[in-house]
Amino acid sequence: MLSLAWLIPVFPVLAWLIIGLSGRKMQNRGSGIAIPAVLISFLFSLAVLVQVAQGQSYHTSFTWLEWPGFQITFGFQVDPLAAMMLVVVTLVSLLVQIYSLGYMQGDSHYSRYYANLSLFTAAMLTLLLADNYLLLLIAWELVGLCSYLLIGHYFRNPGVPQAANKAFLTTRVGDFGFMIALMAIFNATGTFNFQEIFALAQTGAISQGTLVLVTAGLFLGAAGKSAQFPFQVWLPDAMAGPTPVSALIHAATMVAAGVYLIARSLPLYLVVPQVMQVVAWVGGITALLAAAVGLVVNDIKKVLAYSTISQLGYMMLGLGVGAFFPGVFHLMTHAFFKALLFLGAGSVIHAVHTQDMREMGGLGRRMPYTTLAFLAGSLALAGVFPFAGFYSKDSILAAVYASGNSVLFWMGVVAAILTAFYITRAVVLTFWHQPRSQGAEQAQESSPVMTVPLLILSGFALAAGWLGADFSGNILGGFLGTEFHLPRAIHHYVTRIATVAALGGIVLAIFTYLFRWFQPSVLTQRFPQCYQLLQQAYYFDRFYNRVFVTGTIRVAEFVAWFDQTVIDGLVNAVGRLGKNLALLIAKIDILLIDGFVVGFGHSVGRAGDRVRRWQNGLTANYLLSLVWAVLISILTFKLLG
Amino acid sequence: MGGIDQHFDLQVIGLTGEGERSKMNLPWLSLAIILPLVGSLGIAFLPKGKTKGYKVAALAVSLLTLLLVVVIGTQVDFGQSGVQLEEVLPWLPQYGVSYHLGVDGLSYPLVFLSALLTVLAVLASWEVNYRSKAYFSLLMLLEAGLIGVFLALDYILFYIFWEVVLVPMYFLIGIWGGPRKEYAALKFFIYTLFGSVIMLVGILALYFAAGINSFNIIELTQITYSSHLQFWVFLAFFIGLAVKVPVFPFHTWLPDAHVEAPTAVSMLLAGILLKMGTYGFFRILLPTLPDASLSFAPILAVLGIINIVYGALAAMGQDDLKKMVAYSSISHMGYVLLGVAAMTPASLNGAVFQMFSHGIISALLFYSVGLIYERTHTRKISELGGLLVKIPAIGVVLAIAAFASLGLPGFSGFIAEFFVLMGAFVNFRNLVFIGGLGLVLTAAYLLWMMQRVLLGEPRVDWPQFADLKGLELVAAAPLVITAIVLGVYPALLVNLVSPAVSGILALLGGN
Repeated sequence: MLSLAWLIPVFPVLAWLIIGLSGRKMQNRGSGIAIPAVLISFLFSLAVLVQVAQGQSYHTSFTWLEWPGFQITFGFQVDPLAAMMLVVVTLVSLLVQIYSLGYMQGDSHYSRYYANLSLFTAAMLTLLLADNYLLLLIAWELVGLCSYLLIGHYFRNPGVPQAANKAFLTTRVGDFGFMIALMAIFNATGTFNFQEIFALAQTGAISQGTLVLVTAGLFLGAAGKSAQFPFQVWLPDAMAGPTPVSALIHAATMVAAGVYLIARSLPLYLVVPQVMQVVAWVGGITALLAAAVGLVVNDIKKVLAYSTISQLGYMMLGLGVGAFFPGVFHLMTHAFFKALLFLGAGSVIHAVHTQDMREMGGLGRRMPYTTLAFLAGSLALAGVFPFAGFYSKDSILAAVYASGNSVLFWMGVVAAILTAFYITRAVVLTFWHQPRSQGAEQAQESSPVMTVPLLILSGFALAAGWLGADFSGNILGGFLGTEFHLPRAIHHYVTRIATVAALGGIVLAIFTYLFRWFQPSVLTQRFPQCYQLLQQAYYFDRFYNRVFVTGTIRVAEFVAWFDQTVIDGLVNAVGRLGKNLALLIAKIDILLIDGFVVGFGHSVGRAGDRVRRWQNGLTANYLLSLVWAVLISILTFKLLG
Repeated sequence: MGGIDQHFDLQVIGLTGEGERSKMNLPWLSLAIILPLVGSLGIAFLPKGKTKGYKVAALAVSLLTLLLVVVIGTQVDFGQSGVQLEEVLPWLPQYGVSYHLGVDGLSYPLVFLSALLTVLAVLASWEVNYRSKAYFSLLMLLEAGLIGVFLALDYILFYIFWEVVLVPMYFLIGIWGGPRKEYAALKFFIYTLFGSVIMLVGILALYFAAGINSFNIIELTQITYSSHLQFWVFLAFFIGLAVKVPVFPFHTWLPDAHVEAPTAVSMLLAGILLKMGTYGFFRILLPTLPDASLSFAPILAVLGIINIVYGALAAMGQDDLKKMVAYSSISHMGYVLLGVAAMTPASLNGAVFQMFSHGIISALLFYSVGLIYERTHTRKISELGGLLVKIPAIGVVLAIAAFASLGLPGFSGFIAEFFVLMGAFVNFRNLVFIGGLGLVLTAAYLLWMMQRVLLGEPRVDWPQFADLKGLELVAAAPLVITAIVLGVYPALLVNLVSPAVSGILALLGGN
């Protein structure tokens, strides 16, 4: 079975091809092809997981491109990290696609939607299976393309194309760093293969300067893809896509690719601690800043978007202190509970027809399953025992604490308080109290095709963390082959702090929003600047728009003007000069030579003729030029000796 | 110069590769030039008024030529770096001029590209009914000239084909072009003529300096020239080639020519004509003038980066779709320059790859823009919008072309640009950082274009448009497929090219 692992991305590719090439003939049957394909991939991934757990591994490669002294091999490999992620991606993709049967019902581009989801799944799976950086980059960019296509699904709506462009371009800036990293590493080692590069890095065969460039470049790419500070701007806007898309690619999988890349490349980072520091700080800052924005946002999807940014920051923070297992562990649990939260939000949006939480309320009784599921996801996100996030987030905080960087540790703790607060706020605003709009009053529970995936994911949001818990003997850590042991004292200490933080945030939010003991408007009026700063997400968008977007367009307009007016103007001026010179010569010619031969009156007509020939008569011009050329060349030759 | 006559016999004999000849039973290469030439004449002698007949004849001739080129491909052993299937006939032996053709891994892809794009250009011209006889006759003449340029191994022959290409191009733009066609055609003609005349100076200087009474391109690479001479000859060739590429600041004829040229002519202009310039770098400059090439390399690299970034910015500032695509060509050709300048195996292979890849992708871009213009009768981006709703299939074709052009992995453009940058990273690291800016800018202007042309709501005042027709699909599909196939498995092209590139590198290193 393991030897067939390369087939895992092939099934969704086939689904994409079949749906894509059938065009309009497909009508609404796209899901009938896409879902079985991803189901098969999921089953394959499960089988692969089992075999990897038994200690087997898989690697196959072939020569992709070569010339003398140069060879690039492409291959697929399955190691524990890849095996775990394969299952996560195929499972979430499967559930999202089933859920979409209900959510996207009646959409005029239903089949195109499924085609794009299939391509996305295939690209993501290829990314996970790649045994080298170049193939990973190729899959990475295709994932970005699919993100563009899916964000732009409702491309007729105002603002949607802009959101799609923003996602593509912001990540592209990061990808530039990725490419630079690949060029540097290949020129230094002659290979893109992970294992070969890591081996060389560990023996010290790669210069420190190159390694800094490589790891910094890779992190630039990862920061773009995983919406890390200061590239976070695209992810909130990406919510313009259909909500299941947000669940799959802007929460659970694609944005996870950046974290995956860093986890994959950790052996390189361990050699360059200064870049590790950058990763950790960027992760910590992102976790904190994004969580703070989550406090004031009223759009339920945007709350989750900022939450995603923040949680990805946690993962980067973990990896940045060199902790492989916690980062990857949180990557896995987050994929489940964030997909759950998004799909839950989608279920709410589907029922209420708004994304504004101020127009929701009272949905608890009307949509019991959705409420239950969303609650499970929220508890997991907040990190409440025994939900998944409790274990994975704790392990990150513990690792940060153990690394001795107390500033980063406390940033993580504060972010945890904020996280618990904003998600509780969202839960209360959405599900409690009385409905605040007609849509909320008339809301009905979604169909089972949507609620069943929610309930399945709820199970994972509850239990996925147990795999990495002490009481289970840390099955996941054993599977990943990276024992993660910290002194018990640290664990206990961090767990206590994290639990207090989570519960503190929850209780604070309950007092504020459920019991209304305290009016948040008091704070917003008291500190309007702070409130505005968060509302505007630190004015990043405005800054980028003014400086980069408008700035670039202004420069482009200037260059276009400059080219047409100055450069081409010069060319035309030279042309005119040449023409006038030619006319002058022609006139002299006519006056001096022809004048002797024929009468003056006669020659006027001929002069006109000649002038016309100078303007249009190419042959004469051409021959004359040739003569000139020969003359000049002989002269040149003589001069050069 | 009297002494030259005495040893011309030796030269002529020396030129002919006897071993190669015995293998060859048909003058394949000559046939590939003669076939379209005969087609051109044949169409000219067809009776008047048979519009359909000219088209069918042109299609048949171009398809046959393509087939012939494919057959030639099977005759060549691309594992070797030298020129093959050589055909040598003395022509003006007293001056060492011969009719000399040959093919190698460098020229073959471009010959193939010429043959392929001509077929597609004929298909793209199916709606041309105004003076169609002359039109298709000139199109065939253009093909003959192009194939000739890439096959010629004698400077005089090369120069003649080089100029032959000019003439049909001039008329194709000047007669079938847009409102300012005369201006654009004349500008194109004079500008390129100006360049080629200076190049002729270079050719003659080289000829005299070598002093072996030979215009053989390959033979003249085997002589070591003084660096003083190399400098001036390089400059002369460079100006001639730079106008064609076009290299900043000699590029302004290109946007004008493209805006006025009919769609099919734009496809050929961007697809192949520009490559004549960069082909000259590989065929002539690097192997013949290695010292000058090395000392000019930093300047070339800077010019390449200017092309990339300046072209991309200028493209972003356009409102005319065709002008935007024209400037994008300038930008993309900058990668070829950069690749040439870096002179590493990866950069040179990438540069040749880019020549082919850009030929395919720019033709596709121009074609899809033409399809849109045919329906909406405007090329102004500000007057378009929502076309994906109106003509979804054409919209998808344009989107594919745009993504291919912005270097999305999976398309050939990515391979080319990545390897150029990777190769140049070795010796022009800082320039590569700036070049990376081009990658972002390219994505920006193409996505922005798609946003304004394809996405959003369609304009209400449009009538119903016909979406992609069968014939149009047939013309677009080979380009899409080629761009993807080469993007997924670039070895198909690189395996042909890399031995030739190794040969050039050997000459560079050997001097």
